[in-house]
Amino acid sequence: MSRVLIIAEHDGENLSPATAKTLTGALGLGVSDIDIAVFAADPSGVAEQAAKLEGVTRVLTVQHDDFEHFLAARLAPEIKALAGDYSHVLMPSTTYGKDVLPRAAALIGVNQVSDIQEVIDERTFKRPIYASNAIVTVKVDEGQPVVATIRTASFAAAGEGGSAEIESRDAQAEDPGHTRWIKVEGGEGEGPDLATAPVVVSGGRAMGSSEGFDIIYSLAKKLNAAVGASRAAVDAGYVPNELQVGQTGKIIAPDLYFAIGISGAIQHLTGIKDAGTIVAINKDPEAPIFEVADLGLVGDLFELVPELEKKV
Amino acid sequence: MKILVTLKRVVDYNVRVRVKSDGSGVETDGVKMSINPFDEIALEEALRIKERGEAEEVIVVSIGGDEVQQQLRTGLAMGADRAIQVSADGDVQPLTAARTFLKLVEKEEPGIVFLGKQAIDDDANQTGQMLAALWDRPQATFASKVELADGKATVAREVDAGLETIEVDLPAVLTSDLRLNEPRFVKLPEIMKAKRKPLETLSLEDLDVERAGGITAQAYEPPPQRGGGKMVESVDELVSELKSKGLL
Ligand SMILES: Cc1cc2nc3c(=O)[nH]c(=O)nc-3n(C[C@H](O)[C@H](O)[C@H](O)COP(=O)(O)OP(=O)(O)OC[C@H]3O[C@@H](n4cnc5c(N)ncnc54)[C@H](O)[C@@H]3O)c2cc1C
Ligand SMILES: Nc1ncnc2c1ncn2[C@@H]1O[C@H](COP(=O)(O)O)[C@@H](O)[C@H]1O
Repeated sequence: MSRVLIIAEHDGENLSPATAKTLTGALGLGVSDIDIAVFAADPSGVAEQAAKLEGVTRVLTVQHDDFEHFLAARLAPEIKALAGDYSHVLMPSTTYGKDVLPRAAALIGVNQVSDIQEVIDERTFKRPIYASNAIVTVKVDEGQPVVATIRTASFAAAGEGGSAEIESRDAQAEDPGHTRWIKVEGGEGEGPDLATAPVVVSGGRAMGSSEGFDIIYSLAKKLNAAVGASRAAVDAGYVPNELQVGQTGKIIAPDLYFAIGISGAIQHLTGIKDAGTIVAINKDPEAPIFEVADLGLVGDLFELVPELEKKV
Repeated sequence: MKILVTLKRVVDYNVRVRVKSDGSGVETDGVKMSINPFDEIALEEALRIKERGEAEEVIVVSIGGDEVQQQLRTGLAMGADRAIQVSADGDVQPLTAARTFLKLVEKEEPGIVFLGKQAIDDDANQTGQMLAALWDRPQATFASKVELADGKATVAREVDAGLETIEVDLPAVLTSDLRLNEPRFVKLPEIMKAKRKPLETLSLEDLDVERAGGITAQAYEPPPQRGGGKMVESVDELVSELKSKGLL
């Protein structure tokens, strides 16, 4: 019988929206039994949030002080220990899921299906390859568990209204002692979260400096939007790395996306192909971004962006 | 200390890959092939570690047909000391690659195995994590800064929340992110010199690697194209378009 296990992503207090999106992917499997596991130093709050999601059968909490921070080497054996009862083990395709789940898959002894963007049936999935220049349909052999990450930009968050049972489980593994968490920097940016914001304003290399980026922040504030950036802007040090949108940054699907002074390299476009409406502002009428933009405006961004801010 | 660096031969990142019209795969005939960009960054970092005197030898490894020798030679020209080709045909999935690298790890006993965070063809992002699991050693993935001291590596990792720092005991598996460094250009004399550097060929059978499949590609299709958009002439027109779509 098919049973699905989702490993929750959270920050100790709040369940990440990535988990609710992974749940939507899981619901597409048409399987009745879907459990969410919460590994945490204090799982109770997060477990309650998970239990409210519509379609969850059971929430399993695994408490241990080691789970204050997530280290793949510590978590992978725990996931393997829990996974024995399940046909599917899923995590969101965030940096957390990408780090942890392949390690668990190797312990289980299977390849992972990375970045599912569409569920065809219990064992058949579509996923992007070559920076989303191609979509491959893959089938996982019968008789082996499906271990997979879910591309969060392709699924809406599952709604609330459920009331799953919460059960606790004991941790099974021990700290291997060879990996230590030190710190995390960043993330204290104001405004909505880039991964889930309905409106995103991104700037590229053309912003020229971190001061140049001020007009992007200012427009974003007016629109209650999150700020994003191209790799070139991050590499140049105008903004921190967590703002990068694209193949190797965040894959997002806002309703409205502004690409400002961004040329539209394929690696950037990969990150926004599920966006609702793409607006491009670029001084070069030949810029490839105009091939994908729903609305394009040619001109100097340093004049157009402040004008736009005034008029919205 | 030895550092093992894995180099995957992939379609160059500048090529716009196309799906074959019969959906049986992607067009790779006559297409420019290169070292996976993340692997080139991994190699650059290994070379810098060696140049700082913190490692003695850098070994580059690739799994694939004889054509991967081109990428291994480029790796040697960048400065690696020797190369190993593990010949294999057909589809080598991440777990098979990880099992192969584990065999080489047992043979060479490196202090660091440096992989790219993901291969830009399959975009799997699995192999390094899998190797670390099978080897039962630490992993520091998506590295954007690496410092070595006292048998430990302190690694800054690019994560969704920002930059995370972890410390791992060596030996360990590291995977590179884009901002770790900018790889050097290869100079012509180095290419000549690289021809004389040792390149050993082994096979999956020699190494007694059990292949791991389990996932079969059934069909390939091009991504849905976004419909051609509309050019507006002014900010006013842009604002009224957005309003009419209900977006403002
Ligand atoms: C393996 C790999 C992974 C990558 N991953 C990513 C990724 O995740 N995300 C990403 O973004 N990139 C990624 N890249 C990089 C990508 O290939 C491009 O180099 C990058 O996206 C370019 O950024 P840009 O558009 O800001 O800069 P540019 O390409 O330099 O474009 C700047 C644009 O600004 C315009 N401009 C200049 N001045 C003005 C002005 N005053 N007013 C209006 N317009 C102006 C120019 O016409 C130009 O189109 C990756 C590359 C590789 C090799
Ligand atoms: N056939 C291969 N030859 C050499 N290196 C490989 C091979 N397959 C995977 N790798 C390494 O593993 C990394 C991650 O690959 P993947 O898990 O396929 O995204 C790549 O960046 C390479 O460093």
